[in-house]
Amino acid sequence: MLQQRSIQSSQSLRDKILSLDYILIFSILVLGVISMFAMYSTDGGEFKYHTNSHILRFFIFFGMFLVISLIQIRFWHETSYLIYFVFFLLLLGVKYFGLTSSGSQRWLNLYFMNLQPSELMKVGLILFLAKYYHRISIENINSFKHLILPIAVLIGPIILVATQPDLGTAILIASGGIVVAWLAGVRAKFFVYSGVAMIALLPIAISFLKPYQKSRILTFLNPERDPLGAGYQIIQSKIAIGSGGLFGKGFLKGSQSYLDYLPEKHTDFIFTLFSEEFGFFGSLLILLLYVLIISRIVRIGNMTRSNFGKLYCYSFATAFFIYVVVNMMMVLGLLPIVGSPLPIMSYGGSSMLAIMFGLGIVMSCKIYKDVPVN
Amino acid sequence: MLSPGSGNTVIKSKLISRRMFLITAAKAVVMVGLIGRLISLQINQATKYKSLSDKNRFREWKLAPERGAIKDFFNTEIASNEPLYQVHLVPENAKDLDNLFVRLKAILNINDKRVSFLKRKIRKQKPWEPVIVSENLSWSDFSRLNLFLHELQGVEPIVSVARTYPDNSSAHILGYVSQISAKDLQTKEYLKELSVPGMAVGKTGLERKLDEQIIGKVGYQRYEVNAFGKRIREIKIDAGQAGKSFKTTLDYELQKYTSGLLQDKAAAVCVMDVYNGDIVSLVSSPTFEPNQFVHGLDKKYWNSLIKNEKKPLANKALSGLYPPGSTIKTLVALSALENKIVRPLDTFRCKGKIELYGEKFHCWEKEGHGIVNLRKGIQRSCDVYFYEVARKLGVDRLSETAKKFGLGKKVLNDFIEERSGVVPNTKWKKKFIGQNWYLGETLHSGIGQGYFQSTPLQLCLMTAQIANGGFEIKPRIIFDGKNDNLREYLKFKNENPNQPLPTDLLVSNFNLKPLFKNQEYINLIKDAMFSSSNEPGGTSYRHRFEDPKFTFAGKTGSSQIKKFTEEQREAEVKQESLPYNDRDHALFVAFAPYKNPQYAISVLVEHGGSGGKAAAPIAKKVIKKVLERHELRRSVNNLIGESV
Repeated sequence: MLQQRSIQSSQSLRDKILSLDYILIFSILVLGVISMFAMYSTDGGEFKYHTNSHILRFFIFFGMFLVISLIQIRFWHETSYLIYFVFFLLLLGVKYFGLTSSGSQRWLNLYFMNLQPSELMKVGLILFLAKYYHRISIENINSFKHLILPIAVLIGPIILVATQPDLGTAILIASGGIVVAWLAGVRAKFFVYSGVAMIALLPIAISFLKPYQKSRILTFLNPERDPLGAGYQIIQSKIAIGSGGLFGKGFLKGSQSYLDYLPEKHTDFIFTLFSEEFGFFGSLLILLLYVLIISRIVRIGNMTRSNFGKLYCYSFATAFFIYVVVNMMMVLGLLPIVGSPLPIMSYGGSSMLAIMFGLGIVMSCKIYKDVPVN
Repeated sequence: MLSPGSGNTVIKSKLISRRMFLITAAKAVVMVGLIGRLISLQINQATKYKSLSDKNRFREWKLAPERGAIKDFFNTEIASNEPLYQVHLVPENAKDLDNLFVRLKAILNINDKRVSFLKRKIRKQKPWEPVIVSENLSWSDFSRLNLFLHELQGVEPIVSVARTYPDNSSAHILGYVSQISAKDLQTKEYLKELSVPGMAVGKTGLERKLDEQIIGKVGYQRYEVNAFGKRIREIKIDAGQAGKSFKTTLDYELQKYTSGLLQDKAAAVCVMDVYNGDIVSLVSSPTFEPNQFVHGLDKKYWNSLIKNEKKPLANKALSGLYPPGSTIKTLVALSALENKIVRPLDTFRCKGKIELYGEKFHCWEKEGHGIVNLRKGIQRSCDVYFYEVARKLGVDRLSETAKKFGLGKKVLNDFIEERSGVVPNTKWKKKFIGQNWYLGETLHSGIGQGYFQSTPLQLCLMTAQIANGGFEIKPRIIFDGKNDNLREYLKFKNENPNQPLPTDLLVSNFNLKPLFKNQEYINLIKDAMFSSSNEPGGTSYRHRFEDPKFTFAGKTGSSQIKKFTEEQREAEVKQESLPYNDRDHALFVAFAPYKNPQYAISVLVEHGGSGGKAAAPIAKKVIKKVLERHELRRSVNNLIGESV
């Protein structure tokens, strides 16, 4: 073991670079380039603010992704709790110093960008719990004593995010944490009990919902309820995707987005825009790229020896899948509009930062796959 | 090699992998679901969503077509279109609205009320939607505005077209146009496709009758619009089609002249060509200003029209129903001759009144006319003579002749305001009043009173058909280019009495239909009418023309509004001394020239008193004017005849 460790530690930079997962990198780059074209289309076929800043961010965060990849996995393991703690502090900071936009206080002004710590927390919670379940012994996993901390680190950020208010992101953060707990071996009946408890608490939760959140859920159940108001987004998104047909309307020819029928086309509805312009086959291409990325992450999890790496990769892959699926189901009219970005494709620095950060740690798992973390 | 926890680690690792497998399976299911949804939206329902997307994208703006013109017989436009100068304002293009309104107020002469109205309107609508600052601007204001245009950003001068009428002389027969109404859209099928907001449609008269053809085809502009309704680019433009123009048989000069004669009276005049039925003039009085209806009617003006007891909006020549009075005596005499009830020289003694079953029937001449035959009966308009004739004739035979000559039914097609009037007979009374006919009513009918109701147009047609020798004619007001073969036929017959007709007359496009059994009787009536107008003692003798070129033959009439009481009769109360609404309607029908009849005329003056005094002088003037213009009219007619 000592020998192994020394072998791993003495990997040259060249070796490290050679052991990167190039299929994953290639998929990310292709998706990145597609997202640039899509952004160019949302700007009406010009290089305007959204396109330019999206391209710039993509490359900056892509560079960051490579740098993170090359850092020892042990470092990420050791700093996991710290990272979670920093992100939590940032979330608290939002509560007191955050910027408010359209009724929701989500951002911290960092001067060069507006940071949305809730996006970072999506990765931070997974990191924390991966380390936690890596460390405790298998006998203790289902002991009540050892469930308290995971629940605490899960509930804390969720309350902070849900009260911003940003219910969508809160649910997505929670889903990541739950996935780690599930993978670590927490008993199924525990999830069933919490599920029942959740449903029991639902009426109380609903009473805390803001009117716009209630209307979103009602609208989802029946979009034609208010076609010009709350149902508008779902209806227009379905029209855009449906009218794309097999081959789409052509690049820069998506009338729904170009004539402003499509809301939030840079962010949550970027898939709609792409799907309108490139049709069913374009949509399949995007799905394929996401499947590729997710399966590469799972593959890295399979290769990694440490349970920290496995837990992290599997959980991140699953969370990534959930982000993609929730966004797509939303724009396809299968879920209420909760406001969740499509990873890599959507405009938004914090989401990009969080995803690239998470992917960087995945890649680090790949490079240092044989390194034990403790 | 492995630490004590190693075995534990391996077990844990296996647990993680097992659970990950479950998750992967779930992911696959979800993925299939997503692809299924994409197939459903983008393949199965693509057509539906494509059409929804196009419905979002395109908006059409309809363009009102130009209305076809209506011309008189000499191709003068009596309903035409004029350029309409409007000023629109697109608020989003204006830099400073308040400032702009100050400038506009100075240039365009608009008041503060209008400005505040516009500002309110601007606040309510989208910034790119234009508001109409000025709807109908004079050319001088419009050109002055164009001088300042460079400093009036957001202001758009617009030139469009609107209906205009040279004057109000033909307002009734032309009708008027006004904004399309909800009722129009419901009742008129053709408007459903071409309804453009603010488009004018014909409401009465020719404008209404011809509306479907004269209105044209709506054009449209198709624009791509964004989610806020702003036009992004023009996709297609179709200018539409101007409506068809129509030439009428009216003589605009005569319309003006006649309209001038009737000023301030409640009256109607109708002039008709006796051979082809061309309506040369049709005037009702008092008239109204049709141009007022085009751009939304002024409420005050509307009220003044509604409240006027002389009913300026009614076309009295078509829709006014009046007892024909003594003008019917021509037909009573004709009917009696044809049915062999009287011979021309049979006489009755008129003592001023007759009695029938205790009821007294008075002649207008209190002293009586003495011995009266048919010619004198018509010349003097002796009521007693016609009581006697009618009594023998019976109302059913009279009504048959009256209907044959065009009374009791609509004369023109598709004028909603035209009314058919009443020619009474025994069946009619049973059906509509539910009572049996009384002999006394036959006597009243014999002098055109009682149930008889007719329009001035019907009386004109009746006279025209007597004048042309007793042939049926179909009155027309739209000039259809057809030759008037009846005139040629009669001319040929007169010149070559015993020869067969040339082929072009045989293949004529009218069916020659004599209304008489013996044309001699028609000539007798015409001769009697001549005596009425041109021989001493005739009821319109005072208004005769000596010049044979203008000599006319006519028949006076006055239709009673209120039965004279015995006291009034004894006191010899004059019509002029009665209250206006109790006076008789004055009627006069005539044709001219007597020797070679060309035109028939009917004149009605509501509450004018006696026909000889109130109506005949007007007829005289109109006859002179129409005959003076006869050569001109014939020359145009021949020209047209050649080209068609």
